[in-house]
Amino acid sequence: MTSVSTRRFKALPVLIWGYITWSLVPVIIAVIYSFNDGRSRTVWKGFSFRWWFGDAYASVFHDDSMRNAIVNSLVLAVTTMLIVTPLGLALAIGAHRMRGRSASAVKGMTSIPLITPEIVVGAALLLTFTRLFSGIPLGYPAQLLGNVTFSISAVVVIVRARLVSIGSSFEEAARDLGASRLQALRYVLMPMLWPSVMASFAVVFATVIDDFVITSFLSAGVGSETVPLRIYSSIRGGATPALNALATLLVLITFAALTIGVFGLSIWRKRHGEQGGFKAALSDLTRMGE
Amino acid sequence: MNKAARLWAALAAPGAFWLLFFFAVPFYAVACVAFGSIDPIFRDAIPQWNPLNWSFGEFNAVFSSVTSGPLRGVFIRTIVYVVSAMIISFAIGFPVAYYLARHAGKRRMLLLLLIIAPFWVNYLMRMLAWVNLLSPSGLFSRFANIFGVQYNWLDGSPITVILGLVYGYVPFLILPLYATLERLDWRLVEAARDLGATSRQAFRVVTVPMSKAGVAAAAILIALPMFGDYYTNDLLSRSPSTEMLGNQIDYYINNSSQPQRGAVLVIMLSTLLLVALSWYLRSTSRVGKERVR
Repeated sequence: MTSVSTRRFKALPVLIWGYITWSLVPVIIAVIYSFNDGRSRTVWKGFSFRWWFGDAYASVFHDDSMRNAIVNSLVLAVTTMLIVTPLGLALAIGAHRMRGRSASAVKGMTSIPLITPEIVVGAALLLTFTRLFSGIPLGYPAQLLGNVTFSISAVVVIVRARLVSIGSSFEEAARDLGASRLQALRYVLMPMLWPSVMASFAVVFATVIDDFVITSFLSAGVGSETVPLRIYSSIRGGATPALNALATLLVLITFAALTIGVFGLSIWRKRHGEQGGFKAALSDLTRMGE
Repeated sequence: MNKAARLWAALAAPGAFWLLFFFAVPFYAVACVAFGSIDPIFRDAIPQWNPLNWSFGEFNAVFSSVTSGPLRGVFIRTIVYVVSAMIISFAIGFPVAYYLARHAGKRRMLLLLLIIAPFWVNYLMRMLAWVNLLSPSGLFSRFANIFGVQYNWLDGSPITVILGLVYGYVPFLILPLYATLERLDWRLVEAARDLGATSRQAFRVVTVPMSKAGVAAAAILIALPMFGDYYTNDLLSRSPSTEMLGNQIDYYINNSSQPQRGAVLVIMLSTLLLVALSWYLRSTSRVGKERVR
């Protein structure tokens, strides 16, 4: 009996390290090949920064279409993040406190986007923007509206989790001490909601900069091409290692945003004497608490 | 409505109206295009905004193509690919999440970070990585050649597409599974073992029922996007022989002059997913009832 269980627990670590290798090594190889001196993404010809900035025309930092894609991606991610966070924050607070039939309607409507495949949202928005709200041109405006729509629910989920853990006693105490409802909201609840605002910023930024489907359905050609779209359109062609470098840059940007988020959150928690620290911050960002 | 209720409604209003305009209305627009008509000269779809005048001609045509025409293969293939990818994902994901939740010990934080990492590595970067490895001159193909395997991985290979889906979605399965398993009350399993259950019996009688709802939720979480996936297929195969429902939608909505057919397919995909979801909701509510009892 014991021998069976020990054997099983020896197989599991092998499996988990096997999984980690399988999930990360291909990506690491792709990162390494971005430093290839040759033109090929598969045949190694020695180390160089040629495709990062060495080549005066075709490297990531010199190729116009790649630079445009990076700028488009950053602009889209930052603006979406700035619009959707307050929108979702207010929606989460309101929906959390509302009662009755309108409350369940609002709650239902915020949870449906979470379970709708992106292709459905992308296709629906494309048909809407070309046939119903035709005042909204495809390209950046449509991409912005689409990404905000798809991210609201994520913000609501993050803020709602925080609202549940805060409870209502702090606000009630403030009300008992003479604060108005708005004052209690502004001076008591809002400061406590900061971690969820930070988490929303990081999560929305990372999701939008990585988004492919909605951004692609609502794009209007090269002018509104983001980094994922640029990668998609050249993966199967004879693109140079500059494509690997571009993809690596995207991964670095995403990781930088999330690292800032995680450390921001754990510093906030420590300063305000909250339990959990690094691990709680991490779970805020991966939405493991759902 | 009292003052407080008005404040909460006012807070929720902007977001709620946003979702109404850009989420609910677009669904209606899809139906209006699907059940609308086609311009006889330009062949473009004309939406019919009045539900009383909806025509179901195109819907019936697509439906009969699904039951006994060319689309039948696409539907069956989509279901077969997604189900196989789900089975493989669980075979990989469950043990990993289980180990992480129960036996990782001191290394848990490191392992957790390494397992979260692919979750945030861009999907296209991960596909690019495999396209590079699997292309004829790629490292994996060269490695396979040593063993005499000559196979064109990137040209209509169902194995590549299914494994590509697994590779793409397994991180999204492991995290919710881990969250579920970590929160379980493992003392109950120990109690079962103390009362004489073998570890296998304890797993079957205690662990499985306890984790059922979370596992079903995780399954839904990856099944839904997989059903709508078209880019994995596009990048790893690009062949009509592996086309899935998502590819058809992408083609009709984006690249053809028949958006009406695309709209019908969107409605069919949503219906298919709604069926899967209601099954999930029924099974979780049953779990809830069992727990109450």
